[in-house]
Amino acid sequence: MSAFLTISNLSAMLRGGRQRVLRSVDLALEAGEVRGLVGESGAGKSMIGKAVLGILPSAVTVVEGEILLDGKNLLAMPQRDRRRLIGTVAALIPQDPLTALNPSRRIGRQITDRLVDILGWSKANAHARALELLDEVKIENPERVMASYPHELSGGMRQRVLIASAFAANPKMIIADEPTTALDVTVQKQILRLIREMQARHGTAMLFVTHDLGVVSKVCQKLSVLYSGMIVEDRTVGEFFAAPRHAYSKALLAATPKYTDPFASLLPVDDSVIAAADEEVRVADREWRHAG
Amino acid sequence: MLDGRGAVGRKASWRLILSGGWLVLIALLAVAAPLISPHDPLEQDLFAARLPPFWMHGADPSYLLGTDSLGRDVLSRIIHGSQIALTVALIAGLATGFVGSLLGLLAGYLRGRTDLLISRLVDIWMAFPPVLFAILLIAVLGTGLSSIVIAIVVIDWTRFCRVVRAEAMNQSKMDYIASAVVAGQSRAGILWREIGPNVLPTIVALLTLEMGIAVIVEAILSFVNLSISTDAPTWGGMIAEGRTAVYQAWWVLVFPLVVLFLTVLSFSQIGEGLKDRFDPVLR
Repeated sequence: MSAFLTISNLSAMLRGGRQRVLRSVDLALEAGEVRGLVGESGAGKSMIGKAVLGILPSAVTVVEGEILLDGKNLLAMPQRDRRRLIGTVAALIPQDPLTALNPSRRIGRQITDRLVDILGWSKANAHARALELLDEVKIENPERVMASYPHELSGGMRQRVLIASAFAANPKMIIADEPTTALDVTVQKQILRLIREMQARHGTAMLFVTHDLGVVSKVCQKLSVLYSGMIVEDRTVGEFFAAPRHAYSKALLAATPKYTDPFASLLPVDDSVIAAADEEVRVADREWRHAG
Repeated sequence: MLDGRGAVGRKASWRLILSGGWLVLIALLAVAAPLISPHDPLEQDLFAARLPPFWMHGADPSYLLGTDSLGRDVLSRIIHGSQIALTVALIAGLATGFVGSLLGLLAGYLRGRTDLLISRLVDIWMAFPPVLFAILLIAVLGTGLSSIVIAIVVIDWTRFCRVVRAEAMNQSKMDYIASAVVAGQSRAGILWREIGPNVLPTIVALLTLEMGIAVIVEAILSFVNLSISTDAPTWGGMIAEGRTAVYQAWWVLVFPLVVLFLTVLSFSQIGEGLKDRFDPVLR
């Protein structure tokens, strides 16, 4: 069975730069599956999600590769069609709930826009659907929240609204871009549980971008580890936690604090591991340049 | 929690009350000018020339603010002048705001070549001295209300364009724009629905400022005799006439000047007040 989302050999560059920010990335997401995308800051993990959704920052351009979404090659499509396709089958749970809602529009309209404009629902149906979803993400008094502006809600509430909004159009795939990073630890846990519940109930495939291996072990079935824009490991979560293969992912896993031994000193990723990984990146770049 | 709308906004602000009150007064004068002005603003009476305002010795109480060198009533001329001032302020202000904001939104959101073109145009435009530019334009277009409006739009659209472009650029970087893109919204939809409402408070503040500027530009052009027509009463025209006889009849210069000053000040202050009240960041 072919995957719902297939990324093959995807490379992206900074405009006018010589370095690649994504280095021949291969990644597949089956329908209904949750895949973690792990890496340190700047490894390019959000960049992959953004490339798929067509929201790369203007300074970054895709220079090579293919993104197949639901069997269609996104990069070969006209922009208008691509936006429509993404609007119908995919959604985003963004990182920062504070900037991800339009401050001067009511919550309700922001959820129902897509249903009305892209899917052609009637306003009444869209409204009912939004209420149903707000209820599903455990927001009390959804009618009132629909009529309020984002600044009237707390960060956790806004993230719930964004989750409701992401699931509203019954997407086949959701990209969650570090959905809990901007929240308090206590709220993080609730939001994470909520995302997992919603995913299970709707059977939505999900690409879960995070730097937290603990989160991955709870939410995901598969996992890709990214270093400097290069996928260094692609396994099922069970296999990975049992025995990571790549030296970098081994060190990363060893550096994660353990609940079983909270007083153990934290283990940083060793310089020699980083040096080896950097060398690997250099070799890959050289090969890529020769091939191109 | 759900009532967080504007601790700032609820409090009555003196700035809004005073500036709004003055502008309402001027608007009423303009609308009711034929009914309330004590004299015909064009009627000359050389026997009643240079009569002082009512509290001074030798005044005629039917000419409250005195008369000019041709014996025309200053108060009636100010009242009728408000018609032209407000018409120019509204039409030129809105037209300038529309043209400048539209170009600014396009440049700030689309970026790329559109932005390059519009921004360079702004740079070139700003190298022209605005008043000379306006005088030149009127000289080419001829006097009249529409020429004044066109001149103001042509010299002042850059004020909106620059600010709105920067604001649109800021908004475009926000996550909610990315969310709207993912939700399949078209570019026009994003510009209109997502960016527009967030730039609106800025546009409103600029708009009122621009109305004040339009009043000044009209006065400047009247001052150099290039406005509507020579005999229509305008504040700028009155100031120009008053200047020649300032030692004999200061009131012909001072009263229209004060009214002009208060009107322009009120326009700029009402803009600031409205921005404070409606800015979603402050709210």
